[in-house]
Amino acid sequence: RGGMKLELSKVVQGCRLGVLIGIGKTGQHSLELPGCLLYTRCATVPHLTQDTLHTLTYLPAGAQVALDGLAEHHEVLEEFKEGVRKFAGLHDTALFCSLHDPATNCPTGHVTNKNVACALAMTVIVVPQTVSVWGSGGRIEMTAARFIAMQAVIQPDCYQSMADGETWQTNTSRKRVHKAVNRTLAHLDECLTLHHKTPQLKHTEVFGVVEGGDILEERVRSARETAKRPVAGFVLDGFQSAAMEQELRGQLITAVTAELPVEKPRMLQGVGRPDEVIACVEAGVDLFEGFFPFQVTERGCALCFDYNVTPDPEAAALSPPTVLELNGERPAVEDPKQNDIGNTGTMTQFEMNLKDIRYREDFRPLVEGCGCYCCKNHHRAYVHHLLVTSELLAGVLLMLHNTAHYLGFFRALREAISHERLQDFKTTVTKVDFGGRKQLH
Amino acid sequence: MNKVFKMAAAASATRAAPSDMAAAKTAASAASLALHVLAECPVSKARACVLKLPHGAVNTPVFMPVGTQGTLKGVTVAQLEELGCQICLGNTYHLGMRPGPELIEKANGLHGFMNWKRNLLTDSGGFQMVSLVELSAVTEEGVMFRSPYDGREILLTPEQSIAIQNSLGSDIIMQLDDVVSSTVTGPRVEEAMRRSIRWLDRCAAANKNPHRQNLFAIIQGGLNAELRKACLDEMTKRDVPGFAIGGLSGGEEKDDFWKMVTLSTDHLPRGKPRYLMGVGYAVDLVVCVALGCDMFDCVFPTRTARFGSALVPWGSLQLKQKQYAKDFQPIDPECQCATCKRHSRAYLHALFKSDTAAMHHITVHNICYQLTLMRSVRDSIIEQRFPEFVRSFMKRMFPSSEQYPSWAEDALASVNITLD
Repeated sequence: RGGMKLELSKVVQGCRLGVLIGIGKTGQHSLELPGCLLYTRCATVPHLTQDTLHTLTYLPAGAQVALDGLAEHHEVLEEFKEGVRKFAGLHDTALFCSLHDPATNCPTGHVTNKNVACALAMTVIVVPQTVSVWGSGGRIEMTAARFIAMQAVIQPDCYQSMADGETWQTNTSRKRVHKAVNRTLAHLDECLTLHHKTPQLKHTEVFGVVEGGDILEERVRSARETAKRPVAGFVLDGFQSAAMEQELRGQLITAVTAELPVEKPRMLQGVGRPDEVIACVEAGVDLFEGFFPFQVTERGCALCFDYNVTPDPEAAALSPPTVLELNGERPAVEDPKQNDIGNTGTMTQFEMNLKDIRYREDFRPLVEGCGCYCCKNHHRAYVHHLLVTSELLAGVLLMLHNTAHYLGFFRALREAISHERLQDFKTTVTKVDFGGRKQLH
Repeated sequence: MNKVFKMAAAASATRAAPSDMAAAKTAASAASLALHVLAECPVSKARACVLKLPHGAVNTPVFMPVGTQGTLKGVTVAQLEELGCQICLGNTYHLGMRPGPELIEKANGLHGFMNWKRNLLTDSGGFQMVSLVELSAVTEEGVMFRSPYDGREILLTPEQSIAIQNSLGSDIIMQLDDVVSSTVTGPRVEEAMRRSIRWLDRCAAANKNPHRQNLFAIIQGGLNAELRKACLDEMTKRDVPGFAIGGLSGGEEKDDFWKMVTLSTDHLPRGKPRYLMGVGYAVDLVVCVALGCDMFDCVFPTRTARFGSALVPWGSLQLKQKQYAKDFQPIDPECQCATCKRHSRAYLHALFKSDTAAMHHITVHNICYQLTLMRSVRDSIIEQRFPEFVRSFMKRMFPSSEQYPSWAEDALASVNITLD
């Protein structure tokens, strides 16, 4: 069996358009790129049962689970034997397993040093044996053996190798970053060895993880070295939104992807904001984690940014009003400090805060023309009421809308690349003029 | 007010002669509610009916899930419809506070506000006064309480309760009653009962929409047979579309509870629905159907779901407990709900640690359990095998007949259903 394969159809201004095919046991799944994975917690899309989830018409072909959410269920999964997708009653989707949950901040300082010598490229390096994940009961340490054992009971279609990603704090020393790159490579080699001895992982692919913090040389080194290993794709770690400004991120990712083979997919962790997604696609990223709609939901907000580029460029000057203009407003750009809600981050320019009193008597759908269950059945005033009264249904409805809107954004991004309307697309989404033919209203 | 008494005089309510029954039926169908009795159990007082309401037919006996704040705790209206729910509850007190009747009226009533196309029943707000809120006083005028949101003193009168319910537009509305805990004794009970009668008349007069909103009376009288009988005598003189049995299910002894229920159904008209408020445990439902009740509501099934408790024919499963961590069966292998068709106890146990969806799964299941139970009860009445149903239901629910609650045995025996 051939395994995962990337079919590139087009590259426009650095953006790769294509399909990742051959994913899964029988190679039955394919993922359109650039794309995002469906975000789950413990293999459930937050707030949603299968009924409500399937009101969404365009589900991505891939979903993400994280060891943070699954490690504590190792024993159960072991006894179950048939993998987490079946255990969770998830629909037929490709499953990607990451180390960490992108919507939760993991504590740092837990990479342990057990003074075990290991040979790596003819150099003896002291390699810590464990990496930690964070379950509901606290920290769970994993050696490579345990890590692979976990993958064997989860049975994802693809997983990222064990990695030391604790270099995203500011002022991480160069030495520490260097060590992290080495450790990650060592983990990868260990994982690959164990992987090939594990029958349950016969049809599972491994992605190598590129580390290197904010240091260009380390990033390049990590990329080059990882690319030498027989991996099916690459995960770019340490670029989380919280960790780095977009400009630096763009530069580093561009440098990294230049070192990676074109025919293998690149997945970026921890970046989900629409403007950052576009910038990272331009830098060579193919795949994103889909946690952003969840964060928006948790702060009681609804995605409402426009992503529709007019099909006829000649009509751009006379183009119909944007979604926001139709709704008679732009979302309030509020004081960031007032909107910081812990892990769910600050409210962005891409969303509307439905707890705001202005929506109390607004009987329009969240976004005019949105086909999601929430917009087809309910209005802003109702969702506002649910939020004000702390009702559980608020989370359900917002999750449905935000997921639908975000997936629509990715579809529109692919179309924009396909029709070479990227500048107009960027202008529409970010409200910043990137040139292109469309007039900003 | 006079109109009400004139019509009531024409249709005497208790065990009426055939001509009076016809008159009563005519009066009832002039409103927007009609009860068709499909079948009656020849042994007990159970009946199976079709209740026609403005937003569709409701099969009784019926359990009505409670959607307090215009939503059923995490379940969409589509899911509720899918489960076969034909009527559910909204709460006047809560909705009257937030978002308020004016807004809901603008949204085309509670139906429009929450987008529920089937029937709605709203209570008067009276119960919450007693149970939730710092009560200042009850006077003849109404109930005075302190708003929990801004500390203001608010007076809820019968007229205002009906006005709010008119704005909500629910298919069945409840009178404001003077609610007294069933554990209270003494003159207060009679005072509350008498006042409830007067408030019923005020509510009837205040109802702006008698042709699409059906006002139910609430029989009070506590655990005192005489008082309850007096209340029944008076309230059944009024031409209301239906009757609720109130003042029970509040912590009184079950032995006293069932006697008041059966006394009430003995004196309520056959041709009008009997709504027993606040009852929702499976055993209670089955017994009270046997005693002649048609409609029930309770927060229990949906509330207990959020604590991980799944209802099954043999009791309940506390899914958060360790023993379910590796239990790969569904909650109930015979249950047809979406949760049981897709998910195991083990998965729900795991999910409870991570995400709210776990609660939603159980809520869906518990609603399905309640509705399926009532459907089975109803089918057995129609097929003239209700007593056998009761016997096998009890057998399934309790490991041995020694564990049958004696109040239930007594209550069933009183309507000729023996359990052994």
